[in-house]
Parts: sequence; C-alpha cells; structure tokens
Amino acid sequence: MHEISYSEAIREAMSEEMRRDSDTFLMGEDVAVFGGVWGVSEGMLAEFGEDRVRDTPISEAAIIGAGLGAAMMGMRPIVEIMFGDFLMCGGDQIVNQVAKARFMSGGRARVPLTIRVTTGAPGSAAAQHSQSPESWFMNVPGIKIAVPSTPADAKGLLRTAVRGSDPVLFFEHKMLYSEVGPVSDDEDFSVPFGKAAVVREGSDVTVIAVSIMVKKALQAAEQLALDGISVEVIDPRTLVPLDKETLIQSVAKTNHVVIAHEAHRRSGPGAEIAAMLAEEAVEYLDGPVMRVAARNVPLPYSPVLENSVLPNEEDIVSAVKFLLQP
Amino acid sequence: MDSDNLTGYSLELMAHLFRQMTLVREFELRAIEERRGGLIPGFIHSCVGQEATAVAACAALAQEDVITSTHRGHGHLLGKGGDPKFMMAELAARSSGYCLGRGGSLHIADFDLGILGANGIVGGGFPIAVGAALAFRMRGEQRVALTFFGDGAINEGTFHESANLAGLWKLPVIFFCENNLYGEGTPQHKQAPIADLANRAGGYGFPGIIVDGSDPIAIYQAVQDARERALAGDGPSLIEAKTYRFRGHFEGDPQVYRIPGELEQWRERDPVPVFRSRLLKSGLFDEKTLAEIEASVQDQLDEAVAFAVAAPLPEEGEALQGIYADTHEGLVF
Repeated sequence: MHEISYSEAIREAMSEEMRRDSDTFLMGEDVAVFGGVWGVSEGMLAEFGEDRVRDTPISEAAIIGAGLGAAMMGMRPIVEIMFGDFLMCGGDQIVNQVAKARFMSGGRARVPLTIRVTTGAPGSAAAQHSQSPESWFMNVPGIKIAVPSTPADAKGLLRTAVRGSDPVLFFEHKMLYSEVGPVSDDEDFSVPFGKAAVVREGSDVTVIAVSIMVKKALQAAEQLALDGISVEVIDPRTLVPLDKETLIQSVAKTNHVVIAHEAHRRSGPGAEIAAMLAEEAVEYLDGPVMRVAARNVPLPYSPVLENSVLPNEEDIVSAVKFLLQP
Repeated sequence: MDSDNLTGYSLELMAHLFRQMTLVREFELRAIEERRGGLIPGFIHSCVGQEATAVAACAALAQEDVITSTHRGHGHLLGKGGDPKFMMAELAARSSGYCLGRGGSLHIADFDLGILGANGIVGGGFPIAVGAALAFRMRGEQRVALTFFGDGAINEGTFHESANLAGLWKLPVIFFCENNLYGEGTPQHKQAPIADLANRAGGYGFPGIIVDGSDPIAIYQAVQDARERALAGDGPSLIEAKTYRFRGHFEGDPQVYRIPGELEQWRERDPVPVFRSRLLKSGLFDEKTLAEIEASVQDQLDEAVAFAVAAPLPEEGEALQGIYADTHEGLVF
C-alpha cells in the first residue's frame, strides 16, 4: 500500500497504462503543458511527449469524437473534458455516436474510450462550472458511468475503464482531488465495475452515497453513532452498471434507506436507485426512500446561496433521523 | 463534361467506375421499389444523381483507408466495397444484415472495409474521421480518412471543430462535400452566404478544391491528389463536388421546395448516362461490354433482394445484445 491523493491516483493509473500500452494516450484542453487545470496530468508531458499527451483546441465535440474515431481504429484514448458542464458541447458525440456505435453497427464497433471529466461544485464556481451531470447520461444506454470517491477507487476504476472495451464516462469530483488514501502497490490493481463498496457497516439505516457524498455520509454516520444509530454506508462506485444486489442486501438488513448525491434531486441518480428499490426491494422497506441532493435550482455563486442549495452531512443526519423517528 | 480526356486512366478503373455507379443507381431504385412493396420498413434517403461522387471518391482510396458516411450513404458504402446482399438485408431489417437488423440504412458499418458508419446525425461523422486519422498518424500508418458530408452539414459546428483540429495537426483527412444544393428541404443558398463551400478551407489552412460532381474522372483525380497530399504529411483537403439530388430528401418527400426547372437541367448532367456515353464515344468500350456490365449489376441485385427476402428476422431478445463488449457478469446489457 502507498498513500496518495485522488489526483495522484488518477495520474498513476493513466501513466501506468500508457507505459504498458502504446495505444493508450491522453488528449484534452490544457492537459499537456498546463498539466490539466486540476493538475491531474502534471509531469505526463515530460514522460510521454506531446504525441501521447496532447493539448487540443477548445473543441469538445472534436475531442470526444476524435477519441471515438481513434478507438474504432484500435487505440485506447483517454480524453479529458475539463468540466462536466462542458460535456454538452460534445453532447451529440457522446449520446448519439460514442454510446450507440457498437449497438447500431450490430456489435461491429469496438469503442475502448475513456472520457475523464470533473463533476461537482468546487465552491463559488456558479451554474456552468459546478454541475453533477452523471444522471443525464444514465438515460443513454451504451455508456458506462464511474463515480469514484476514494484514491483507491479512482485508480482501480480508471484502470478497468482504460483496459475495458467500452466507452466510459469517468466522473472525478473536484473537491476530492486532494483527498489522500491508501492504494494498492499491485501493478494490475483494479476495481471491477458493478461492484458497490460497503464503506461502513451498520444495522439501522443504509445510506447509498455517490461520489463526494460518501465522505459526507461517513461524517454523518460518525455523528449519528453518538446517538446510538448504526449507519451502513454504501458506495455504488459505478452508476452504470449498478450493483443492485449489494444495495438490496443492505436495505434488506437495515429496512431504511437514504440516497445521497450532489446532483440535482429531480431525476438525479437517486431517482433511478429509488425506483429500483421500489420495484425490487419494497418488501424490506419500513419507511419511504429518502433523497438528499442539491435543490432544483442552478448552482448559485454566493457561498451563502450555494450552501443553501448543496446537500451536506447535516442533511443526511436529518434524513436518517426523520426515517428512524418513533 | 469539361474533360473528355480519359488518357492516363486504366480501362479497369473506368469499367469499375461505370459498374459501381450503375450498381449504386440500380441499388437505390431497387430499394425504393422494395420499400413500396413492404420489404423495407424504414427511411430511405436515396443518392440517385450522386453516384459519381460516392463511387469515384472511394475508388481513389486504398482498401485500408477509411470513410465516414452520412444518412445518404448507400453509394459511399457500395463504393467502398459494401456488399449489396448485406445492405439489402439490413434495409429489410433482417438479422443477416450488416447491423443484424439493429441499425438500418442510417447506421451501416463494416470496419473490415474501412466503413466507419453511415450516420443519422448531420455532421456526426467529422470528428470520427479526424480521430481515425489521428490513430493513423500516431501509429505511423500510411492511411487516410475521408469524411463524406453534404452542403447542409458544413454549417454544423462539428465541421468547424474538426476542420480546425485536422488542419492544426495536419492530419490525413479528406473532407469530401457533396454539394447537392439542398440541406433537407431548404436550398443551399438559403443556408449559407456563399455558394462555393470549398472557400471555407482557407480558414483552416488547407486547400479547397471544386470539382464537377457528375464527372467521376475529375472526382477520382481530386481525391487521389488529396490523398497524396495527406500521406505526404501536408494535411487535409476540402473537396467540394457540385452535384444534385434527383429525388427527395427521403422517399415520400413531397419536394415542394424544389426550384422549378432545376431538376430538368441537372438531368442533362445525370452522371450515369453521361459517363456511359462518354465511354462509348471514347471508343474504349462498346455497347455490348457496357450492356453486359449492366446485366451483371441486375443479377447482383436480384441476388441481393433474394438474400434479403430469405434472411431470417431477428429474435426479439436480440435487442438486448451487442450494446457492450464487457457485460460485467450481466449487470449491463
């Protein structure tokens, strides 16, 4: 094990895969000389050169579509989109081209393309630089969605994405980049898609938390433990595919569930998870499925306003207490 | 025709161009007939009138080169070596079709032939071609990517992004515009402030060439030149072929927008009969030879339709297959 940050974990995964496979390369806005505006690819230009660490024009559709074309030709591109909010500039390429290429061609296309993108509110970045757009793409069959919350998961899921044969949207939360944690030294260490992590075991209530909300759920669990409430925290780690089994097993044990994500409440990832539980686990539930999420307004600039919109650990505590009230 | 000079081009090439142009024309007419007859359930955007652009552009490519195609893509696919049997079966929504009945006319692809896909999205193919060309460059392969598009697609943002990126990196891309004077139901002059779309190339630092879209030899030569330029590392070219769509945007289109008299004028430049006459006039081909080629095309299409009719329909459960390569123990499908 070694201790590294989430950001370093992502860089390690990329660098190790690029050393291993000459068909893997990184391309995006400011990824080379700048090292990525979040510093994730710092130093990679020096090691791999400008052919394999490519600065691009600000052209999201061309970046994503070129990743698709290169992938179709047998490369394993990693493309970086600086903000999740900018995915829509390349929206057609993701939704109509990347996600559908394999199916439409009768399974002939192979698209090993990883789209790395930031998600979440970094603080006062306002409405076009703060969104959590994961669920926009959950409604599009053909693309997988990873949402790592720890350095180990970031590294392990990214390796699975890059070595896989399908397109992946890989959402990196901006406020997790500096989080430090233990990561395996195994050069093939990976985390499978569709396997949720039971991050904390508990017996009274399940909190299914996505991305940065895992951290907040753990804080809430500590606080609730003081009141004698035992919280189980589950991190799905990938939203597509979704590990329904682990989620349902936990709910079967605790009979109460709160779903927490930073995406907007309406039709966020929690809507899908709640519907799934309603269909497949309703007999285990002793109360409503609760959601803790951003309120349904564009993310505001002022910290006062922003904090009133974003979900936090207190919201999780309140939701749990509401559920467990006698 | 501007140039009656066929000198320097092989008989084999001319026969190939004539045969494939005839195949495209007759494939389209047969598909339209079979759609009316109920064999084909979906859209058909026919390329009748644009046979020379599709066939001659592909003829100038090597087997290992790739193309991206469009909603009006049957000619491109046949030009690049697509098999009419599998195309017809796909149009007929059969599991023996190119896409196993999942794609239809708009999504036919054959990666072994370098066909990276027709496309249902106008302008959708540009970035894909740029990415393929990037892969060729990174791997040091002597291959080019040709992206077909229409006068409508050149106004999509993806054209700008892709032309800029390909020009910047001097990638081996050929932007091949079939300017057929209509973007769906609106004339080209109501969609762009310039008539010669090749002029846009200058903004991306590469040449723009205009060719007669009814002249397969001129098209072949322009693409061959662009290919040589691309392989020499000098970057992309934009070729604008002036052509005309003889039928509606889609079959069943009432075509209320068509400018009166225009179609009749363009019929005089119909690429298939014009090239036929030219070959006869040149003395290089006689009537019997050309008639034999035409008969062989009809035989091939009879076979294609028979194949499609006999091909099995997909099983319902097949809709859940082939979305992902890795299914994670069945968790995604």
